[in-house]
Order: sequence, then C-alpha cells, then structure tokens
Amino acid sequence: MSLTTLIQHCLTGISLGGAYALIAIGYTMVYGILRLINFAHGDIFMMAGYFMIFAMASFPWYIAIPITLICTVALGVIIEKVAYKPLRTAPRMSIMISAIGVSYLLQNLATYLFTALPKGYPEIPVLKKIYQFGGVSASLVTFITPIVTILLVIILMQLINHTKMGMAMRAVSKDYDTAQIMGIKINNIISYTFAIGSLLAGIGSILYFTDRMTVYPYSGSLPGLKCFVAAVLGGIGSIPGAVVGGFILGIGETVLTALGYSTFSDAFTFLVLIIMLLFRPTGIFGEKATDKV
Amino acid sequence: MKKFLSIAVAACLTVGALAGCGSSSSSGSSSDSNAASGDNVIKVGVFEPQTGENGGGGLQEVYGIRYANQMYPTVTVGGTEYTIQLVEVDNKSDKTEAVTAAQKLVAEGVVGVLGSYGSGVSIAAGDIFADAGIPAIGCSCTNPQVTFGNDWYFRTCFIDPFQGTVMANYAIQNGYQTAAVITQLGDDYSSGLGSYFKTAFESLGGTLVADEQFQTNQSDFKAILTNIKAASPDFIFAPSSITTAPLIIKQAREMGITAVLAAGDTWENATIIENAGADAEGIVFSTFFDEAAPANDEAASFITGFKEYLTSIGEPDIIPAVSALGYDAYITLLQAIKDADSVDPAAIRDALVNVEAEGVTGTIKFDENGDADKSLAFVKTVKDGQITFLTTTSLEG
Amino acid sequence: MKNTQTVAPNKKRSMVLSLIAVIVIAAILFYLDKNSAKHNYAISIIERSLIYAVVAVAMNLLTGFTGLFSLGQAGFMAIGAYTVAIFTIPVEIRPNVYYMNGISDAVANLQLPFPAALILGGLFAALLAALIGIPVLRLKSDYLAIATLGISEIIRALIAAPQMDRITNGSYGLKSIPGFSSIFTPAIISAICIGIMVLLINSSYGRAFKAIRENDIAAEAMGINLFKHKEMAFIISSFFTGIAGGLLAVFMRSIDAKTFQVTLTYNILLMVVIGGIGSVTGSVIGAFLVNCGQEWLRFFDEPLVIAGVQIPLFRTGFRMVIFSILLMVVVLFYRRGIMGNNEFSWDGLGRLIKGLPGRFTRKKAAKKTGGEN
Repeated sequence: MSLTTLIQHCLTGISLGGAYALIAIGYTMVYGILRLINFAHGDIFMMAGYFMIFAMASFPWYIAIPITLICTVALGVIIEKVAYKPLRTAPRMSIMISAIGVSYLLQNLATYLFTALPKGYPEIPVLKKIYQFGGVSASLVTFITPIVTILLVIILMQLINHTKMGMAMRAVSKDYDTAQIMGIKINNIISYTFAIGSLLAGIGSILYFTDRMTVYPYSGSLPGLKCFVAAVLGGIGSIPGAVVGGFILGIGETVLTALGYSTFSDAFTFLVLIIMLLFRPTGIFGEKATDKV
Repeated sequence: MKKFLSIAVAACLTVGALAGCGSSSSSGSSSDSNAASGDNVIKVGVFEPQTGENGGGGLQEVYGIRYANQMYPTVTVGGTEYTIQLVEVDNKSDKTEAVTAAQKLVAEGVVGVLGSYGSGVSIAAGDIFADAGIPAIGCSCTNPQVTFGNDWYFRTCFIDPFQGTVMANYAIQNGYQTAAVITQLGDDYSSGLGSYFKTAFESLGGTLVADEQFQTNQSDFKAILTNIKAASPDFIFAPSSITTAPLIIKQAREMGITAVLAAGDTWENATIIENAGADAEGIVFSTFFDEAAPANDEAASFITGFKEYLTSIGEPDIIPAVSALGYDAYITLLQAIKDADSVDPAAIRDALVNVEAEGVTGTIKFDENGDADKSLAFVKTVKDGQITFLTTTSLEG
Repeated sequence: MKNTQTVAPNKKRSMVLSLIAVIVIAAILFYLDKNSAKHNYAISIIERSLIYAVVAVAMNLLTGFTGLFSLGQAGFMAIGAYTVAIFTIPVEIRPNVYYMNGISDAVANLQLPFPAALILGGLFAALLAALIGIPVLRLKSDYLAIATLGISEIIRALIAAPQMDRITNGSYGLKSIPGFSSIFTPAIISAICIGIMVLLINSSYGRAFKAIRENDIAAEAMGINLFKHKEMAFIISSFFTGIAGGLLAVFMRSIDAKTFQVTLTYNILLMVVIGGIGSVTGSVIGAFLVNCGQEWLRFFDEPLVIAGVQIPLFRTGFRMVIFSILLMVVVLFYRRGIMGNNEFSWDGLGRLIKGLPGRFTRKKAAKKTGGEN
C-alpha cells in the first residue's frame, strides 16, 4: 500500500469516525439519563438531512443551517414528549419498543412524504471546497468533521461539569427518584437532554451528508445502529467514551475495507460489540455499575 | 374490567381481521365471475415495487404501463370490446411481500401480469403465477433466473449475461485494459451483473484489478474507493440501484478518481443526474432504449406523447428506459390477447410464445426461454447534464 | 389462576366449545383447500399468519415469559430457512439454482424429505443458540437485545458472503423450493409447534421461566438454576424460530439474505406487542392482525376519489404510515396489548358477552374512578 493510499484511508476513517462520534454522543446522553436506547436517533439524523434539503431550497446556507438545527431539535423534543414521556413508569421493555416504533414511523413517514428515491444533498460551497495534496484529495468537510466533533465534546463537557443544568443532568442520571425529591424538574432535564442529543444529530447529519451527498429514508438506519455500538463500546453514558468508540468503529471499518474484507465490515461492528460486552460490559470508559449488565 | 376490555378489543379485531380476509377473497371470486360473465372488463395485473429499495424505479415502470393503458384502453376479443383495467399492487421490493402481492393479483382474476422492476421479487412471484396459470411479462428484470425454467414468465428486456458482456466489449473496444468491479452484497442484480462483466472482461483479455463489495443501505464508499484508487483501473463497473449510484459517483469524483464509471440499465435515470450533478458527466451505461433514435412509428409517437404525460404528472421529461419497457410489456400482452382472440390466461400464454409486437424498443419476439430476442444494446453517457447516446453494441460485433 | 375456581360443568362446556371451534376451523380450512384456486389470496395470508404466529409465540416465550429481550429472530429464521431450502430443492434443478458459482459437492446430492429438513433447520438454529447463549445470556435487557441483534446481522452477512457462494448461493438467493401441497401442512405444523410451547409454559419449567421474569434473584434463591433455565428458554425459542424460518422458506419458495434483515425482527416484535407480551393467544392474534392488516390496509396506498375529488393523503406509502401510527397507539395507550398477559378462555368470552349490555352504563362510572389510567 502506497503512502498516498494510506493517508487517504486515514482521512476517510477519521472523518467517518468523527461523524459516528457525533451521533454516538446523542445515544450515550439519552441512555445515561433515561436508560433508554433511543432507536429513533438514527432516524432523527436522517430527518435532519431532509430538513436541510428543504431549508437550502429557499435560503442560503448560513440561514438554512440554523433552521435545520432548530427543526431537528424540535423533532427530538416532540418525540420525547409524545413517545417516551407517557411511558416513564412503564417497564424498560415498553420504552424500547416505543423507540423501535418511532424509528419505524419516521422511516415510513419519510418514504411517504419524500418517496423512496434518494434526494441530492445540497452543497455548502465553503465545506465542499476540494483540496489536493499530491495524490490525496479531499474536501474541507473531511478535515472539519473531526475538529468540530472534538470542539463540541469540549463544550459539552464544560456544560455538563460546570453548569447548573449539567449538574442536574448528572443527578438525574445517578438517581432518578432522589433527583426529583431534591427539586430537579426531571421532565425539563430530559427535554434538554433530547434537545442536545438531537442538536448533535443535526450537526452530525450536516457533516455526514455534505460528505456523502444523498439522503433517502433508510440512510439513518445503518449509521444509527453502528453509532449505538460505538456508544456501548466507549461505555454507554460516557461522552468521551462515545467519541473514542465512534473513532474506533469508523477507523476499524475503514481498515477492514482497506485490507479487502469489505464483506465483513458490518459483521465486524457487531462482533466488536459482542466481544466487548463479554469482557468489559461497561465499555472502555464506562463507570462500574453492577445494575447495568 | 381491563380483562373485559382487552378481550373485547381482541374479539373485535379478530372478527375484523377475518372479515377483511374473507371480504378480499370474496371480492376476488366476484371479479372472476365478472370476467367470465362478460362484463366487458379484463384485468391486467401491475406487479411493481412502489416503495422500498426499488420503489423509485418501479414507479417509473408503472408510469409507462399507465400511459400505455391510457393510449390503448380497450381490446377487441371475439367481436366484443373489453376495457382493460390495471390492478396495481406494491410488492415493496421485498420478497415476503411479493408472495402475497402476487397472490392478490391471482385472486383478483387478472389475465396477465406486467412486472416487476427488480429480478428478486419477480423470481419470488414466478412460481405463483406459473401455478395459477397466469402469464407474466417482466419489463426490466434482467436476471436470467426469472424466465429460466418458468414457462409462464416472459420479458421484454435483454438479460444480464448479455448486458455484462456488452459492457466488457465496450470497455475493451475503447482501450480500457484494467477494470474494477463494485457490487452490492446480497443483491442478485448487482452481484450477477458484476460477475458476468468480470468473466467477459477477463476472457476478452482485460485485467481485473479490484473487486469490492458493499452492504445494503451503506452510504459511505470512501474506503472501497480508496482501494480502487490505489489499484488505478481505467474502467470501474459498479452495477447498483439508483439509490446508491449517485453516492458512488460523487464520492469517486471527490476522491479524484478519473476512471470511467460504468454500470448497467439501472443507471439510465434522471434522478442520478439530478443528484450527482456535474459529477455524473461521463458515466457510461448500457440500456434498452434510445429516445433520440426512434426504432419505428410507435416509438416516435411514444416519445412525444410520453413526454407530455411525464410533464403532466410533474416528472422531468426524460424518458427512463424502464418506462419504455413497461409500455412495451403492455403492448405485447395486448397483442397476445388479440392473437389468442381469447381472455383465457392459458390461451394468452400460448399466444405469447409466438407473439410479434411492434414495441418502442423494437420488435418484440420471445426465444425458447421467454426472453425478448434482443441482440442490441444502447450504450449511453451523460454529457452536459443530458443522457446522450454513445454507441450501439451487439454481440455479433 | 381463575380456572381453578370454575366449577366442573364450565370446564366441560369449555372443552365442548373448543372442540367445536377446532372442527369449525378445520372445516373452513378444508373449504379453502378444496377451492384453493379461488381463495389462494386468503390462503396465502393465512399461511403467512400461521408461520409468523409460530415465531411470535417463540419470541414471546423468551420476551414475555422468561423476560429475556432478544432481537435475534431474523438470524435464527435465516438458519432454518436456508437449511430447509438447501436440503429440499430437488437435486436435478440445483445446477440451475446455483447458476453462478456452482454447488459445493458437500451438499450437491443431499436431499431430505421436508419434515426432516425442517427439524434439522430447527436443530441448527437451536445448536447455534446453545453456543452463543453461553456468553450472551449473561447480559441483561438492552445489552442482550443489542447483542442478539448483532448476532442476527452477523449471520446474515455470513450467508451473503461470497465465500459461502457454493453453499448458500451468496447474493443470488435460493429458488425453486417446493411449496406447501395444501394449507393443512403449515396449519398442522404451526399448531403442533404452538401446542408444544404452550405445554412447556404450563409445565414446571414454564413456572421457573416466569419466576425468572418476575425476579431473577428471588428465583435463584428458590433453587432455580438461572443459567440453565435461561439457556433452555433461549434454545427452545430458537428451535421454533428456526422451524418457522423453514416454513417461511417453503411459503416464499425463494429466499435471499435480504429477507432476513432487522426489519423482519421488528415486524415480529410488533405482533407480540399488539397481541400482548406474555400471552400466547395474544401473539397468535397479533400475527393474524398484523398480516391481515398489512393486506387490507392496502387501499390506503391507492388514490381515493370521493365525489370526483381526489383525497390528497392517499398515495403510495400511506399504508405503512397508518401502520406505524397504529403501533405507536398500541404501545402508548394499550401497553398491555390486546390480551395483556391473559389467555383466551371461553369463560372470559362468555362473561364478556353477558357483560356487554351493562358496559355502557358502567363505563361512565369506570371513567370517574379509573381516570388515572
């Protein structure tokens, strides 16, 4: 393998990993607080893609991006209010089923509203500028994705560790009932969590689709599953863990393909998951909690 | 209380479900008697995916069939004029759905079936149509297995071994010596066509430098493309659905791959140009039909008429080849009904064996497998955002 | 446990009623079978519902009765389906089926009668379940769900892999699987399968499963071997899932790896949830409802014209939207599904019919007191 190819592979892996990481953070935050695998997260990511297409149709990109993000956040919060909130006291299995139901609904809704045909993702000229270094060529977004990811994680960590809201979030995730007794408005905190998770899915969506350029109703399902695996891998509930997990998966998948085993790239993801669950169920950065697994 | 409520709901729903099943089957039988008692309506099934992975392409095929039905709404059999009613079912690009969708057509009492886009669902439904004794005409299902060993399945398009060979010929004739193949794992169309291309290309003296697979629903092809870039082929053959095609094309160009990107019939589709934009320039594919060179009068009037039809339903006025094939399948079935002078499905099948219909993709005759006798493929490219005719290739050449 | 309180004549009446029901169902099936040409649409829906009923009950055995949330159904079905397909496709047409890469000598001339192949399919699924159960069943709830889902995806990837071309025909799928000769074949097989599972649930093992579901620590304290019972439930459930997969292959007559995606598992989950988690009859009803529902909601996909005006909502894809909304409504408002964790009984039905006239007057009172629900 020549050096150019190696660099190109590295770029691909890192940019894919960055996008995975952004989505994985959403999973991990929701799981940390609600102990719920938000199966619909991948589909929120897909819907964000469609929002962007429609926003870009009538506005320039610097207006379209905020619109997309606002719509995505609204979608995430509405889903939480409608589909998860009524089930707060229900067994965990019911909430999971509800999450699968939402995912199913969003996919079918997208097929119905936007047809099964892929829609071209609008180009954001700034991000799409292509750079050439010898044999390696990549657009700006490829470099920006990991940087944005790291930046957002730093901001998020500040938010969680040094603000009142973050403190409340941590309290809720530690002990639900006690947090309520202490006067924390659980529902608000959960809404905030979903808003942040959806916001990250929205940003991830913009970066991911700008790089890959087409949206269709099922484009969220596979990344969704993989990012969940990434979140588990890093230790679900841990934000740095989700980032590391995202990068491991993105890079691992790329390496596997580079070696010529593209057939097994999906199987690899799940194999990593199972091995991880068996030997270190709390993930790389997960806190030791006996009640989880 | 709760128990009562739940049992009540259960009872209602079960009754409802059974009633639903019952009524649908009874409607099927009543339509049988309708057709038999000469209500002057005959039903033709349209077995196409309108949702799911191939929903887009399936819909375009349906447009062609609907337009044909609009043009030729009646057929005269034994002196009486019958109105042809299309019965559309959505097989959702899914084999499990395809089985019941096909059974629904059988129950509706159709005399013939048109479709489907996608060979997998056609293969799944083939045995059902054969068992029920209903002839089926595939429009664009190119997998050899659709008609092979099935006396009731015909098709108006060429088949994958031919198509793969055509593209291999094209590559070699234009001086491309090395090729890479990208196929979709678990998809018989993509894997099959890719495999035929490989065999033909290597037997013609070309070298295969990369062979990559991707997963269904995958949207990131950069890793695969990096491998291909490293192998630096002259020609990349990537048969794929219209969902994945723009992804492959755009990502390949962004990575600075300059090799010719080629594929089979699925790529002749306005959606690809729409989504891939300028990157679609120069892609090459084989197809069934060329609107710039109408083969006969039928084709000439189809081209103008169908463009108006497309505009009227708000679609871009580029004629997809699959629409032309859908139209042809309808015309062929109509001709067979006329030849048989009967509305009996078995008689129509017998007539199809020897049918000769003037379709827009040329004269349609079936060989012993039930495949249209086509030895000519159109190779097209995209130039200035338009699909442009490049050359015709036939296997004799 | 109400049955123990009912007096003997009621029990006798229930048996008579059940017998009548069985005879009526058999008569309907017999009628459909005799007129199969006319009713093949209804027959195919019933067959499909029966097959899904087996998987749904098998899933319920795990999810509803043992409390193990597994999402690996599609994978185990794939194993059963491929086993049945590989062993029942007539030898003489195999070269046509494996048209692309040829068939491996190991399986080229192996042909088994359908029942043997079906059981073998179930056994393979059970064997795999036994192997992966050892590590995976240590996990709980969400983790188990994701791990089994992953295994199902791995099985699918392996089946489609080019390396397996000469056995599973990789991407090209298998076709020409001999179909059912009559509707009685799937009906009897599924009745037997569901019957066995019901017997199991009512046995002492079944009670152990339920104890694990309610509280595994307490169950362990009572002397129930947790791992042994979990593993057993997992193996048995996978066995019947494999059988159902085999039946599905025969029903579809052509299969490929794409059939066994995660969506298939979700569909089965939908049936279990609608029917009621923890109710066998519920799962059966759920299977019939979802399958019939998917068919007779087809009219949503067709343009609807009322008084010359086309109703804009009705177009392709609308059916699935309605369907998913229905699922959400069940999950959110009727969390117990149709049957909750009750089983169907004639007494229940009798009481229901007797209680109907009084229901409307009582409903108001119920609303006042039970408004919290």
